[in-house]
Amino acid sequence: MKRAYAPGRSLVAALAIVAGLAVPAMADPDEDSLVINGDIEIVTETAAPAHLDGISTIYSGWRFRGDGTQAMQMDDFDNPGMLGVAAAEEVWQAVDGSAGESCASCHGDATEMRGVKAVYPKWNEEAGEVRTLEMQINDCRETRMGAEAWGYTSGGMTNMVALLASVSRGVPVDVAIDGPAQSAWEAGKEIYYTRYGLLEQSCANCHENSYGMMIRADHLSQGQINGFPTYRLKNTKLNAAHDRFKGCIRDTMAETFAPGSDEFIALELYVASRGNGLSVEGPSVRN
Amino acid sequence: MKTSQLIVALAVCAASAANAESHGNAIAPTAVAFTDGAVEMSLSGQPGDPAAGRILMNKGSGNCVACHQVTDLPEYAFQGEIGPILDGVADRWSEAELRGIVTNAKIMFPDSMMPSFYKTEGFIRPGNKFTGKAAEGEVAPLLTAQQVEDVVAYLMTLKDM
Ligand code: HEC
Ligand code: HEC
Repeated sequence: MKRAYAPGRSLVAALAIVAGLAVPAMADPDEDSLVINGDIEIVTETAAPAHLDGISTIYSGWRFRGDGTQAMQMDDFDNPGMLGVAAAEEVWQAVDGSAGESCASCHGDATEMRGVKAVYPKWNEEAGEVRTLEMQINDCRETRMGAEAWGYTSGGMTNMVALLASVSRGVPVDVAIDGPAQSAWEAGKEIYYTRYGLLEQSCANCHENSYGMMIRADHLSQGQINGFPTYRLKNTKLNAAHDRFKGCIRDTMAETFAPGSDEFIALELYVASRGNGLSVEGPSVRN
Repeated sequence: MKTSQLIVALAVCAASAANAESHGNAIAPTAVAFTDGAVEMSLSGQPGDPAAGRILMNKGSGNCVACHQVTDLPEYAFQGEIGPILDGVADRWSEAELRGIVTNAKIMFPDSMMPSFYKTEGFIRPGNKFTGKAAEGEVAPLLTAQQVEDVVAYLMTLKDM
């Protein structure tokens, strides 16, 4: 005998509609709203971008965390990720490399960079490649400052990305997926739906089909990256998006890709585009 | 019978002789015969031990409670909710069907998120456990033939009626 299972979510939703009830809380993000420092309003829920057909509403990972973890992100004094931002602010001003330049000597105050994080990864016409913020930072260091490139997920690099995220908080994510970026976007989408490893699980299995549900002790979110870099209580440091991708693929008992690889750059572009419309909220706090 | 099942069935004849040595009397992962998603014969040639199966529900590569709740297992904290609650599962499925589901759930439920526990081929970027590194040499199934039998024997105790 064969029996087909309707996926739990649509079944529950269908029953709820028939009965005129709200969908039970167990399988859903909470109702909290996020305002940082009593000032910066963060969009944590909005209509999914047109290119997404698997889901209709997108949510920030913040909506899936417990109240204590959520609270830490609501005030910069309680957000340990802001220590990395403060460290990067000093580096921003400091001259480094043979050209005698600092980030500030070209770009002015870091707040001048508001909006930049929201559109990365982004096609770079001159280089003919899709660039993540990390790649752009290293390009500035090497070609403009005559300084050494930082390791892709090194502490200094992740702090600098956190600084650029922090000045863009509240700006809607808006990465371009058409034009010359399209082939990378397609490649990232392919990776998102590929079932890797001995457990044969794709990003979509967990973050599109099962978000809101518990997998062992973890409350699955949509795996959005609008909150990166993320300060994780689990490893007590700021984490880059590629480190998270690596961890999730490792957990499927697969051979991962390397941070900074073409595969993860493409995946970052694709995952970022799934969050188009959510606010930039890094550095976020997660468990 | 689907082509894939036919190939699997044919492979039994070829592979069972070759694998008899390395796997004792066990049926090799590549040689399991499915009929409508079910597997009739014990994979190990031995009966399963429900007490051992109970432990595998929580531990190591079994970790069934990551996705399933089982009222009979209150000692295992944090049971997941991705798959159906397994209470009364032996009323819903026969032993052969449960063996088929644990061996390779994707034959009974196409596209299921449930891992295939007795499978060694066809993986994309197979890893070496949870190291993130590539698997070296032959991939071992997530559960051995006897462990599958133990888990099935435990599932057979989950009766409401
Ligand atoms: C078997 C389950 C599983 C798979 C497969 C999986 N993840 Fe995750 N992922 C998790 C869990 C559990 C967490 C932690 C809870 C959460 O935020 O969802 C997580 C968290 C994340 C986060 C952090 C979200 C935040 O707000 O901080 C991102 C980003 C992410 N995953 C992306 C991915 C991508 C991309 C893939 C595929 C390459 C993937 N995941 C595959 C289970 C999975
Ligand atoms: C990553 C998630 C996951 C894991 C781990 C998992 N399962 Fe499942 N299982 C599912 C899903 C989802 C279904 C529903 C079938 C489908 O996919 O449509 C299912 C269905 C079943 C069924 C049929 C249930 C019914 O009520 O009819 C049984 C029996 C079962 N699983 C046993 C197990 C056992 C035993 C283990 C561990 C050795 C296990 N599962 C591990 C996700 C999982």
